[in-house]
Amino acid sequence: MFLRVALLVLKKDVAIEAKSFEIITTTLFFAASCILVFSFAFVKEGAPVQDAASGILWIAIAFSGTLALGRTFERERYGETLRALLLAPAPRPAIYVGKLLGMVFVMVTTEVLLVPMVALLFQAPLFSRPLLLVALLLAGTIGFASVGTLFAAMLVRARTRDIMLPILLYPVTVPVMIAGVQGTSALLMSTPDEALATMWIGIVTSFDVVFITFCLWLFEPLMTE
Amino acid sequence: MSFAVGAGEILGLLGPNGAGKSTIIGMMATLVAPSSGAVRYGASTAAEAGVELRGRIGLLAHELHLYPELTARENLEFFARLHGLRPSDLVDPALAVAGLSDRADDVVSGFSRGMRQRLALERALLHGPRLILLDEPFTGLDDRAAGVVADRLRRLAADGRIVVLATHDLDLADGLVTRVGIVREGRLLTDEPGSTGLRARYRALVGH
Repeated sequence: MFLRVALLVLKKDVAIEAKSFEIITTTLFFAASCILVFSFAFVKEGAPVQDAASGILWIAIAFSGTLALGRTFERERYGETLRALLLAPAPRPAIYVGKLLGMVFVMVTTEVLLVPMVALLFQAPLFSRPLLLVALLLAGTIGFASVGTLFAAMLVRARTRDIMLPILLYPVTVPVMIAGVQGTSALLMSTPDEALATMWIGIVTSFDVVFITFCLWLFEPLMTE
Repeated sequence: MSFAVGAGEILGLLGPNGAGKSTIIGMMATLVAPSSGAVRYGASTAAEAGVELRGRIGLLAHELHLYPELTARENLEFFARLHGLRPSDLVDPALAVAGLSDRADDVVSGFSRGMRQRLALERALLHGPRLILLDEPFTGLDDRAAGVVADRLRRLAADGRIVVLATHDLDLADGLVTRVGIVREGRLLTDEPGSTGLRARYRALVGH
């Protein structure tokens, strides 16, 4: 029941996005613009500032992820459909997991185009250890989206949601972002430090476990008005 | 505030804007936690009854709980699956009842308020709920469509369902509700059998 409802919510979110590509397009344009502007500031005479790429990649992920969170839950706010989801005869955390998977889908889709762009503009050897990079991005994305999904759902009926979401989200997810930047920097060394990158992936994954556990626990009480 | 409502009844919660009607509906729908007291479904509270209780509640709120990007059919199919039901058995009859068979594959964003309201009612009733909660169910409906909805609610009550509707439309409530609760500022002013002349009774209690 739990997994069926979570996958149903994910499938619905993907179906709506497939009709409009509204969130993915907006997120991509925003993230691409962000990276392009940074490239003008941090690439001088064809040479990028050392270690800038990892920070810029994660800033773009965080900002575009926040944008995607806002748009995703705006859809649920419009017809108050989130309340209809909460009326499903299933554990309410299943709705949270479905929305989380939808957010991860949108963010990963954005990252598929974002990472090559950073690699190209900042001459960053991001693909030297592709599996470690994928693991790091996935762990970081899940960590960011897990907290973001809870806060965005909680704020869906609040008038100040657009202000409150970043205020609540960034301080909590800063450890994930820092670990993501450090792990990416380890992969961008002239000789990639796999052990260091793996350690940071482990740290991000630990955050993921803690965040998701808390979010599953808090979702129902926070969503009951 | 304390009241009970049973099978076959249509309880009308009447009151001015801000009286607390929607909050009561939200509490009965398990979406709003009472700050004190409890809502009992039979002998159990929502927490005691478990998640299955929500499968026996149908809610039509003022906001219609429909995805405007999806078609009428896709909306009903999604909510049928959400309740663990096979859409193939339910969706076409529901679309027919809503009078939307010919618009089944059109996206809901192109529908008029009345069409969306009819679809939303079928969405709320799709899983055959025993407790039917309606918040302003006649919004956006013309007289004929409102009459059709009222007849539908009478049939549901006759079928043993429990119908609770919050409205400030006294003319439509008059003759439909079997019991009436008049609410003002979060207090139940009266809980009495429904009768004609509801407007005069309402004026006497609420004052306008």
